[in-house]
Amino acid sequence: MAEGHIATEHTASHPALQHHFENLEQQREAGTLGMWVFLVTEIMFFGGMFLAYTLYRTQYPQAFASASNHLSWQLGALNTGVLILSSFTMALAVYSAQIGKRRNQIVCLALTILLGLTFLVVKAIEYHEKYVDHLIPGRLFPGNPFNPGKVHLLPGASANNVEMFYWIYFAMTGMHAVHMIIGVGVLSVIMYFAARGRYGPEYHNPVEISGLYWHFVDIIWIFLFPLLYLLGRHLEHGG
Amino acid sequence: MSVLHTMSEHIVPLRIYVTIFLALLVGTALTVWAGFRDFPGQLNVIIALTIAVIKATLVVLYFMHVRYSSRLIWVVFTSALFWLVILFALTFSDYWTRCWLPIC
Amino acid sequence: MKAFETFETPAAARVNYINAQYGLKSWLLTRDHKRIALLYLGSISFFFFIGGLYAMFIRLELLTPQGDLLSSTTYNKVFTQHGIIMIFFFLIPSIPATLGNFLVPMMIGAKDLAFPRINLLSWYIYLLGGIITIYALLAGGVDTGWTFYAPYSTTFSNSYVIAAGLGIFISGFSSILTGLNFIVTIHTMRAPGMNWFRLPLFIWSHYATSLVMILGTPVIAITVLLLAFERLTHVGIFDPASGGDPVLFQHLFWFYSHPAVYIMVLPSMGVVSELIANFSRKNIFGYKFVAFSSLAIAVFGFLVWGHHLFVASQSVYAGMIFSFLSFAVAIPSAIKVFNWTATLYKGSISYDTPMLFALGFIGLFTVGGMTGLFLAALAVDVHVSDTYFIVAHFHYIMVGGALFGYLGGLHYWWPKISGRMYPEGWGRFSALVIFVGFNLTFLPQFVAGYLGMPRRYHAYPPEFQVFNVLSSAGASILGFGLLIPMIYLVWSMRYGKQAEANPWHLPGLEWRTASPPPTENFLITPIVTWEAYEFAPPEETQVIGKFKEETEQA
Repeated sequence: MAEGHIATEHTASHPALQHHFENLEQQREAGTLGMWVFLVTEIMFFGGMFLAYTLYRTQYPQAFASASNHLSWQLGALNTGVLILSSFTMALAVYSAQIGKRRNQIVCLALTILLGLTFLVVKAIEYHEKYVDHLIPGRLFPGNPFNPGKVHLLPGASANNVEMFYWIYFAMTGMHAVHMIIGVGVLSVIMYFAARGRYGPEYHNPVEISGLYWHFVDIIWIFLFPLLYLLGRHLEHGG
Repeated sequence: MSVLHTMSEHIVPLRIYVTIFLALLVGTALTVWAGFRDFPGQLNVIIALTIAVIKATLVVLYFMHVRYSSRLIWVVFTSALFWLVILFALTFSDYWTRCWLPIC
Repeated sequence: MKAFETFETPAAARVNYINAQYGLKSWLLTRDHKRIALLYLGSISFFFFIGGLYAMFIRLELLTPQGDLLSSTTYNKVFTQHGIIMIFFFLIPSIPATLGNFLVPMMIGAKDLAFPRINLLSWYIYLLGGIITIYALLAGGVDTGWTFYAPYSTTFSNSYVIAAGLGIFISGFSSILTGLNFIVTIHTMRAPGMNWFRLPLFIWSHYATSLVMILGTPVIAITVLLLAFERLTHVGIFDPASGGDPVLFQHLFWFYSHPAVYIMVLPSMGVVSELIANFSRKNIFGYKFVAFSSLAIAVFGFLVWGHHLFVASQSVYAGMIFSFLSFAVAIPSAIKVFNWTATLYKGSISYDTPMLFALGFIGLFTVGGMTGLFLAALAVDVHVSDTYFIVAHFHYIMVGGALFGYLGGLHYWWPKISGRMYPEGWGRFSALVIFVGFNLTFLPQFVAGYLGMPRRYHAYPPEFQVFNVLSSAGASILGFGLLIPMIYLVWSMRYGKQAEANPWHLPGLEWRTASPPPTENFLITPIVTWEAYEFAPPEETQVIGKFKEETEQA
């Protein structure tokens, strides 16, 4: 940094440069660091639920395996594929912005949003199935109290703890779905601005950091899928 | 560019994105396959978590560009993981030692 | 005195951040961190007043051994709400959201925080959380204790648990966004030449506080949500009938709530570092030790939460680990106290109001900290858990520590914030009254607690009455003492003496711009070439006690 150089010149500053930053590079650095710090809070947020899951899974392995086996692993795997694909299209959206391809940005963002919505629809189908099978925990719907009758209990599993699994399942996938909905909302806004030509090689930090958020939500699911859907499959055939 | 401006952004080539994407799909298939096979002891969990960690690492490094980011970003991300470890380790220091006394 | 006196004291700016724009909208939609700081100042003062009212009812009830003023349920609500308001709506935001918001950009030479709009958003989020909590209080209150322990909070309480929890959950986001803003700002927006070890210690402690906010607050957020979900479904992870464990709630709750006390006290320690150095006109002793001790407190503070579970059926082996770590966390705090004391030694001390609060902090925080060590010892903790000993311990830290730092900082930077001086005589008087009132309130509680008086009871055995009467008398004095600054600070905004840019004649970067500052803080971006607390050029600091010039002139 040159001694005595006063950094107040704003020769032809980019329209997206905010007045309290010296230049776009500083603004970009701040935005990226800010999103990463926010993701740290998200990691700790989900961490509390992963803790509860780990604790009770180790305490009630048979009940958790029984309950998990009643979930549709096919839908879970489908959703995993959908999210991974959406992360790919999101990365492509950022790439398109970096090389200045406006149309590709819009297409990739639209695909990402569509895949996100697909995930949510599949989730809704799964939740509906749980409702029909009386597997909504407790008395959340007083007219449809929890009843583990549809779940095949492995030896050593108690019905009580099956309810615990579903409580955790809904808490974790529900919170994940909330984050997906927020992500879809954010990406819609980004897509709107991308369509107006706001992002290019010089300025595309909002696309980047929305991507970071989206990838993070994908990572949560990468852990949720095996932990919730696959934990007891190896015991399915008698065990 | 003014003297204070540094161009530090790295553009990840397309083929890397494609490779990672395919690797993630393979990892998912592997997780499902391994989930249905009965491995001895706790191996099922270990395999599932290992694959998940590898997938997550690929997403973090390449999709989220941490591989090409500053040391600060790397430290920020790693410290979150470290704090999770604190939460888990000290909480389980309670649950896994409760029955060391004959009160269970 | 050379290092900063060669710097031209700026002329009083006619246009500053206060008069730059008029109108309610210009305040409610501001992006200026200084205005947002004032918005926070008004709202947290409001909540402090509410929390204080609840305290008054507690002390009134406890004047007599019988539970005659309030029913037990009402009393439960009163102390619960005193805790919730004071902790979540006063102490946690206090210094960071007011002094931090105002000073962090100025101390590093920046024009604003990294995300001004998020800063404003965090204030609105704080207000929303506050409004929802007030709704919960007015609709019927919450009686679980601010600690919301399961299974009472999840299953048996008939009070507004979910509403209160929602208010706290939302205000947590305010905390997170403030911390996020500070971390990014300090990393990316320091002025040229402002490297990490030239930063004022106020910045170091706010950085450490922000780390705690970021890493801890999300856990209480999810815990409150899980609590609400369990209340709605009537089963869950804290419910023994479902196979759950109520103690899991305590683990998750205290994982945040212990570091939360460091959110409350670290900023105050940062203020005290500023006050001690500046009002001794001496460089802080052991700058790096004090800076790193802030980080150490932030990290170690996450390792000790189990000391709140010693009597909660936590494994005794885990208890031993947490006990050891709780002793360890005292070390960085002690390092600060030693360094402050060494700074005072042979300093040129002036007993202005801010310094009185800082000195009070050192003594009272030490008492609070030492009694904390008693509690870290498993055996002692078993004896005094859930007694007034605990209440006294944390009030020494929260009031004697955090509040004193807040008041000291408010007075110290008042000329910078408002452009006016507060009346010094009244300032010193109120500091003394507050100090006396505070000690009279809480010192007897140590004794009462040790002798066995339980906390959270509205009726108690008559042998404890004398301590309670002393305590309530002290509380009246404390309340009176706290009212005085509220009055004269508001008075001074209109009638106080106009302050010059640097009324205390200090080297800090924030003093090198007008009081009140212009909206963009500095008219030109400063280039920092001096160390923090540089009262004399480095080559002159070898002479102890007197500057070389003065010695030669004498």
